[in-house]
Amino acid sequence: MSQNKNSPPRTAPRFSATFDVNTISEIQRAAATGIYDIRGAGTKRKLPHFDDLLFLGASVSRYPLEGYRERCDTDVVLGTRFAKKPIRLKTPVTIAGMSFGALSAQAKEALGRGASAVGTSTTTGDGGMTPEERGHSSTLVYQYLPSRYGMNPDDLRRADAIEVVVGQGAKPGGGGMLLGQKISPRVAKMRNLPEGIDQRSACRHPDWTGPDDLEIKIEELREITNWEKPIYVKVGASRPYYDVSLAVKAGADVIVLDGMQGGTAATQEVFIEHVGLPILSAIRSAVQALQDLGLHRQVQLIVSGGIRSGADMAKALALGADAVAIGTAALIALGDQSPDLAAEYAKLGTVPGAYDDWQEGRDPAGITTQDPELAARLDPILGGRRIANYLSVMTMEAQAIARACGKSHLHNLEPEDLVSLTMEAAAMTKIPLAGTDWYPGKGGF
Amino acid sequence: MSATLEKQVIDLHTSTVRVLNSTLQSEDATGAWTILHPEGRHSLAVGLTAPLDVTIDGQAGYYAAGMNQRANVVIKGNAGPGVAENMMSGSVHVEGNASMAAGATAQGGLLVIDGDAGARCGISMKGVSIVVRGSVGHMSGFMAQSGNLVVCGDAGEALGDSLYEARLFVRGTVKSLGADCEEKKMTDEDLAILKDLLKEAGITDYPAESFRRYGSARRLYNFNVDNASAY
Ligand SMILES: Cc1cc2nc3c(=O)[nH]c(=O)nc-3n(C[C@H](O)[C@H](O)[C@H](O)COP(=O)(O)O)c2cc1C
Repeated sequence: MSQNKNSPPRTAPRFSATFDVNTISEIQRAAATGIYDIRGAGTKRKLPHFDDLLFLGASVSRYPLEGYRERCDTDVVLGTRFAKKPIRLKTPVTIAGMSFGALSAQAKEALGRGASAVGTSTTTGDGGMTPEERGHSSTLVYQYLPSRYGMNPDDLRRADAIEVVVGQGAKPGGGGMLLGQKISPRVAKMRNLPEGIDQRSACRHPDWTGPDDLEIKIEELREITNWEKPIYVKVGASRPYYDVSLAVKAGADVIVLDGMQGGTAATQEVFIEHVGLPILSAIRSAVQALQDLGLHRQVQLIVSGGIRSGADMAKALALGADAVAIGTAALIALGDQSPDLAAEYAKLGTVPGAYDDWQEGRDPAGITTQDPELAARLDPILGGRRIANYLSVMTMEAQAIARACGKSHLHNLEPEDLVSLTMEAAAMTKIPLAGTDWYPGKGGF
Repeated sequence: MSATLEKQVIDLHTSTVRVLNSTLQSEDATGAWTILHPEGRHSLAVGLTAPLDVTIDGQAGYYAAGMNQRANVVIKGNAGPGVAENMMSGSVHVEGNASMAAGATAQGGLLVIDGDAGARCGISMKGVSIVVRGSVGHMSGFMAQSGNLVVCGDAGEALGDSLYEARLFVRGTVKSLGADCEEKKMTDEDLAILKDLLKEAGITDYPAESFRRYGSARRLYNFNVDNASAY
């Protein structure tokens, strides 16, 4: 301490928890530009999540299955309710809808290759179906979105399933956008728009509103495709009990429920961080809705939003989902956030692990871009291999957990296999707090 | 003109919409078809792919002739919401009125409505031509991307809101223009397109010169903070 006797001790610089570094920089940015922040990826703040649940494993009261010898099956059939041709997947993890436009053609192809290699499906996105992704995806789900960009009845018939998109977890109630930098000539042509403009997509469908109309719309889609294709309805998690009930009443074969952690290609930061429910809090009421209708497991439930591993997948299935979908994790598996790109991320003012300006189209990994030079960096064959590896690891991880719980199929995982680590998780999932048989709302302790 | 002279009939008093659509979608279907007793049923004659001549003898519900490719469909009555939605080619002719979202997102072909059309006529249209003899409701041409919307009567509030490159022609009054829609000079090219469309729709009562032309002011094409209230 070399303090002068006459000057009193000073407090060390102290940062505010309320006005933290990100908050301050956001206020400064807003004041300088006059426009809200738009970015890609999902919620970045900490939220109740699958980490707040644990599996119990087997012991004396339950016995486990032998790791490498006893079977633990993973297959799932989607669309058994009305479709003549349900979808059969070898593993209950699918690739979520991400548009060509948001992603490069190479990235779409890699996702198709990887998913096909492990026997699962991939999904188109806002902007229509490319021949590359159709060609490289053995099972392809075709999204039917409010914008109807690239919507074509021939593609509808070429698809293996149809996903009516009502909303997305990152922005329930919001439309889409694709900034001008990504509206390349090919993207513009597919969407029937001028090149280089900031493309807005509507938040509501142009020719139906509400569940009664949706029922008629689903019937039209079935009539056009000879009642062959499973029809999914995708909703962002906001009022899952009612949204699931109404979508089922409208005739959905499969519900896709996307939590607020779910990634996006470009959305207002304020929307990503402040609208919607974390997926952990939405699954139970979605499952309850299906059970109340007597249709749990007959109308399948796919959940997404921050799924990262076989553990997340196993927990979602134990809570009652039939499958999960991944977006962000698949992009990371392709090479997004790679430490090898540190120097290039630095040029964009960021670091590996934090890159989220996917809307700008300058992705050094060649994934979220339409720049031909950047996109050419991604080798779709190698990328496909990485996706296949990652999906296989997720599946094996989930199997390891299921066997430890004594389950011969991933779908035999059940709420009983879980405990909650936090009061919040216990309240949201009705899974008892670890060490108790209690969850908030249940009498006694 | 139909390839076969024999009249093929599907009567919805004795048959179903499923049979109707699978029959008309079948590769063997040719010629002219009449659908009796439609009685407002939904999804009539949807997903057609062959150049059939289909007459719906009465009122149609939602999405009549939805996603049409190559067929020529005549509705001898009123049509519900989303008539000819996402049509790719061919033609749809409504002899009565059409409800909301007529021709929504349609990419090609010709939709003619003899009566009035409800709200959001031509919403998100992507290349279709729509000719309405009567008037259109509010928000018509919302986010219209390309194609032509011809209105012989009046247009409701917020015509052409957030529109892209579609051409809008209105003969009567426009209650109000939507965000980023403005009146444009009628060019020779516009006039030629309009004349052709009126001719194709069989409208001889008014000259093309009596219409006004509206289009995008293109002020919302790239986000600008000074226009924030329009988004
Ligand atoms: C780059 C990108 C583009 C996306 N595009 C679409 C889209 O076109 N349609 C859609 O319904 N969801 C879209 N999503 C959301 C995903 O389908 C999915 O809901 C989400 O990624 C799941 O959460 P996760 O990213 O945490 O796995 C997109 C997500 C990303 C990351």
